[in-house]
Amino acid sequence: MKEVLLQIQSNRALTESVYEMRLTGDVSAITASGQFVNIKLDGLFLRRPISVCDVENGVLTLLYKVVGKGTEQMANMQAGETLNVLVGLGNGYDLSLSGEAPVLMGGGVGVPPMYMLAKELIKQGKKVTAILGFNTQAEVFYEEEFKRLGATVIVTTADGSYGQKGFVTDALKGVDYTYFYTCGPEPMLKAVFKATNTSGQFSFEERMGCGFGACMGCSCKTVTGYKRICKEGPVLVKEEILW
Amino acid sequence: MVDTKVNLLGIELDNPVIPASGTFGFGYEFAEIYDINMLGTFSFKGTTLNPRFGNPTPRIAECREGMINAVGLQNPGVEKVVAEELPKLKKCFHKKVMANVSGFSLEEYAKTCEILDKEEQVGWLEVNVSCPNVHGGGMSFGTQPEAAASVVRAVKAVTTKPVIVKLSPNVTDIVAIAKACEEAGADGISLVNTLLGMRIDLKTKKPVIANKMGGFSGRAIFPVALRMVYQVAHAVKIPVIGMGGVATAEDVIEMMLAGATAVEVGAENLINPYACKDIIESLPAVMKKYNISSLKEIIGGVRDE
Repeated sequence: MKEVLLQIQSNRALTESVYEMRLTGDVSAITASGQFVNIKLDGLFLRRPISVCDVENGVLTLLYKVVGKGTEQMANMQAGETLNVLVGLGNGYDLSLSGEAPVLMGGGVGVPPMYMLAKELIKQGKKVTAILGFNTQAEVFYEEEFKRLGATVIVTTADGSYGQKGFVTDALKGVDYTYFYTCGPEPMLKAVFKATNTSGQFSFEERMGCGFGACMGCSCKTVTGYKRICKEGPVLVKEEILW
Repeated sequence: MVDTKVNLLGIELDNPVIPASGTFGFGYEFAEIYDINMLGTFSFKGTTLNPRFGNPTPRIAECREGMINAVGLQNPGVEKVVAEELPKLKKCFHKKVMANVSGFSLEEYAKTCEILDKEEQVGWLEVNVSCPNVHGGGMSFGTQPEAAASVVRAVKAVTTKPVIVKLSPNVTDIVAIAKACEEAGADGISLVNTLLGMRIDLKTKKPVIANKMGGFSGRAIFPVALRMVYQVAHAVKIPVIGMGGVATAEDVIEMMLAGATAVEVGAENLINPYACKDIIESLPAVMKKYNISSLKEIIGGVRDE
């Protein structure tokens, strides 16, 4: 963990409510895909945890959905402004278990952490399939970005307005995979838990106090004991989840 | 040169700044980012006799200048604390530490304190009386003078270490409770614990916290905490530790003027992990600004005649 001041390089809307913010500064404490950062915003007491979408040459990319006061404030920020950010939080994904053909499943704002993960796995020569799930066509983002990495990309929409109709688990039926990684809303994660026939890793979300393990605000029960989503998580392996 | 040292119940502290229980774990998360030996001491995570998971999530809610938590005393239980946490803590912290103890019956308080009494690094026992008494209809020990006093007597019987009673502010007359604890033999008083609070999500119309209510803390509660510290410090002869919304060196000095011998910092650690370091480092300059050469000398120094 490190507290750093990052400068906004760009901040743009990808869809009506999802934004992409690029920040520059000392992001060296971010050591794995699947980690998150915790952002201090003016007038708000608690920091706002946002998953890391990418880190490249000292530029941190965050994709966030405007859901409340914090993300609203972020959406209104301009290039050149600075943010106080705790970087390098959480455990991140373990790439060593992926096998040769991992499948990555992201739902909505669960898509962002899949991006850096896909990039790293492809760099290791893995054959990556990315299933990106959205509610409807207007909410789709980052399809091209995943394709440019060299991943096989399947987009699903719940209403069938774009890509394959259905959920990520429907698209999974046609994929041969050695391992899976996933992030998304809890109903989706539960469906993935049931639909998968290999081991895999889930990234979880929870309301956090500190984001670095001090307050026990985001604890959950697992097969191997109590874990803090912010510290021993946000990534848990399938076998330790109590569902 | 200014003197930041204070004496807390026979143990000298380099400065009066103490991270509050529940906001500092057992120290290691913070030891990763700064040398926590600069602290006066710290109060470790509230410990109970048996392991506790605590409340369901969400346990945290945002508030104006503060937060609500309903963690519910998650901790591994005193035996694991002694066997696993304290040896780790010893490696990164070389001073006396404050053991924070909770219980749901007098027997539980006493057993937990008896076990922690044997630990050399424990300098003080800070006894949280805000928990519900399972044998007393679930009413918090800290809401009635006699119930709070009974906890003090139970704990004092099993330890020779100084016993500090941590009081709940959710009471009609905190002075009566503080006095009852003093008469029962408490060596010190710390206050305030969190204020009972609540938030409702406008979108779902449900309470934000799964437990519905929780403890409100953070900068917003500072004036309430200061008032209670002032009232209690003027009513008892034993030392008082002030806490509640402390975020700056100025807040520390204000608490001490109100009568605090030492000052705990809670929620601020969660939003600024360097909060205590920042406060300690800025204390000398702030002391100079207000012509304070020794912090000891300002305890209870408010000119209120």
